[in-house]
Amino acid sequence: MTEITHHIPDHLMAAYTAGSLPEPYALVVATHVSMCLECHASYEAHQALGGAVLETAGEAAVSEVLKSDVMALLDAPVASEPVYKRSGVYPGPIMTALKGRAPRWKSLGLGVRQCILSGNSEGSVRLLYIPPGQAVPDHGHNGLEMTLVLQGSFSDETGWFGAGDVELADQDLEHTPIADAGPPCICLAATDAPLRFNSFVPRLLQPIFRI
Amino acid sequence: MTEVTSPDPDTSAAAGFTQETLWMLAVRDQRDKAAFSALFDHFAPRLKGFIMRSGMGSGQAEEIVQEVMLTVWRKADLFDPGRAQVSGWIYQIARNRQIDVIRKENRPVPEELYEDQGSEPDASQIVGLEQEASELRQALARLKPDQREMIEKAYLGELTHQEIKSQTGLPLGTIKSRIRLGLERLRHELKDMRSDD
Ligand SMILES: [Zn+2]
Repeated sequence: MTEITHHIPDHLMAAYTAGSLPEPYALVVATHVSMCLECHASYEAHQALGGAVLETAGEAAVSEVLKSDVMALLDAPVASEPVYKRSGVYPGPIMTALKGRAPRWKSLGLGVRQCILSGNSEGSVRLLYIPPGQAVPDHGHNGLEMTLVLQGSFSDETGWFGAGDVELADQDLEHTPIADAGPPCICLAATDAPLRFNSFVPRLLQPIFRI
Repeated sequence: MTEVTSPDPDTSAAAGFTQETLWMLAVRDQRDKAAFSALFDHFAPRLKGFIMRSGMGSGQAEEIVQEVMLTVWRKADLFDPGRAQVSGWIYQIARNRQIDVIRKENRPVPEELYEDQGSEPDASQIVGLEQEASELRQALARLKPDQREMIEKAYLGELTHQEIKSQTGLPLGTIKSRIRLGLERLRHELKDMRSDD
């Protein structure tokens, strides 16, 4: 694998660690951290800062019964939760979102496919499959858009993005990412666009629908 | 600090491990309930105070404290003193649990990096991380009250990523050396783990 050059910036890592990052973006960060040592180290550093806050931000007395309850439960049997392992180009967090199954792709035309992982009124996150030479569909975002490459690569006006790289885009960025020659480009894309706008149109067709 | 019995002093104590790390290692390696009880006395009131600051009532906060402390006991094998301080490790467990409760969904978490058998971190690495953590706490203490408040809000999950980005004065620079140290350790560990990939 080539070296990852586009990482998770500090403010997003801090929000992810603290849990204030909306779920679609949190899945992108968790996936990137599973692929990138540098960001794993950054994640751990933010946890250390969170730990410093936990140590020093103040205490509240706990009831007597809480401790006896916890001590009494130490030997209780626990049901084990399923752990979904990395499969092919899909790291653990994506396999968890897929509940261990292979992605179920839906065609968007021109060979472009998508598989929606989750979505609600606050945003959505999906897998995209883009054949070489095709444009990455527009996510229709108003705010932050995060696109993480899992396989292959794409290029746009701002640079080249290979496996593990994350492109961050806000509404001001006019860009047209195109999948490079080679294996089909598979990405994980998160946006704040509500899921009801999920009728993605491959980017090359868009001018037809614009005024 | 609470005065409790601790695991027998050994070479790691001599090397300068914190009391919390020694307790956590006793829980992980010996399933030592006295050490767990000491960890509980140290962290439960802090966890409850921390959780209640984000607006939860005392009863619900205690339910979460209970689940967090049970997770500390059950997942102790995932604790790696070469990569995390006890407080940072418990912080993440607590935030994840709080979010799962609030949003009724499981928060996406990265893959665990499992320690290779026999690739225990060396003591100097652990002490290095602990020194970093203590410097981090001191850096926090030196901040002006309003700056400190912003950091607390950020790590309590009360600020959006846009707010964190636009708040000047977050000492994100102070964590850079922590990142470098953590990266060194991970690279070292990865060398041992290469065979899996
Ligand atoms: Zn990275």
